[in-house]
Amino acid sequence: MRSLAPRTFTITRADLVAYAEASGDHNPIHQDEAVATSVGLPGVIAHGMYTMALAARAVAEWFPGSEVVSFGCKFTSPVVVPAEGGAEVEVAGEAGDRDADGLTTVKLTVTCGGQKVLGMPKAVVRARG
Amino acid sequence: MPIDQSLVGREFPPTAPHEVEESRVRAFAETTGATYDGGPVPATYPIVLAFEAMNAFLEAEQVDLFRIVHGEQRFSYERPVVPGDVLTATLTVASLRQIGGNDIIGTTSAVTDADGALVCSTSATLVHRGGAA
Repeated sequence: MRSLAPRTFTITRADLVAYAEASGDHNPIHQDEAVATSVGLPGVIAHGMYTMALAARAVAEWFPGSEVVSFGCKFTSPVVVPAEGGAEVEVAGEAGDRDADGLTTVKLTVTCGGQKVLGMPKAVVRARG
Repeated sequence: MPIDQSLVGREFPPTAPHEVEESRVRAFAETTGATYDGGPVPATYPIVLAFEAMNAFLEAEQVDLFRIVHGEQRFSYERPVVPGDVLTATLTVASLRQIGGNDIIGTTSAVTDADGALVCSTSATLVHRGGAA
């Protein structure tokens, strides 16, 4: 396995508003503290899909011009985003060897405050050239 | 209230055709701080369609969106999605179980193009936090 340079992203409430608009996911647990806590969450949480989109950005930057064939993860721990400042998410990755079909498997580790937030995130890419 | 077990296996009506527009893809990419210069869309972009299909399903079953937390998401591509594609998502309820007062709903959404060819299979696990309130 080959280690890929980790990437760090800061998630703010403004990012969640922008992501809600771009994705169509207006679930208020990503905007409204009172709604989030009413369903037992620790506070406003990032869309799991937003964290996953950041992980996809890291993969796209590690493998420029490549095509993602599959991408999946579990959302194991919520990323709580404070009203002021933001939550830092780190995306690390390890790439396997390119197989006979030209596919490379990328195993990711996505953490916030040292805790894994995505379960077994894995992308398979078809690298260009 | 638990979700009715008879939903398993049910296919919901396809979403209205969605044309993948470059401006919308760019806006989606920019939320992550990335740039977009054409070509294959970001790997998670089909969630736009899958989410629309999920919303229609939740509405039909009178489930509140704010009680839903995402448990798992997968995308498997048959070919890259590019601007100009006209896509539709069809959601099927694949599994349903109850754990600790929550419903764990497994769904799959097939994303097809204007010719009806499969472009991307997505699957999502949705956790319906129904118990507490």
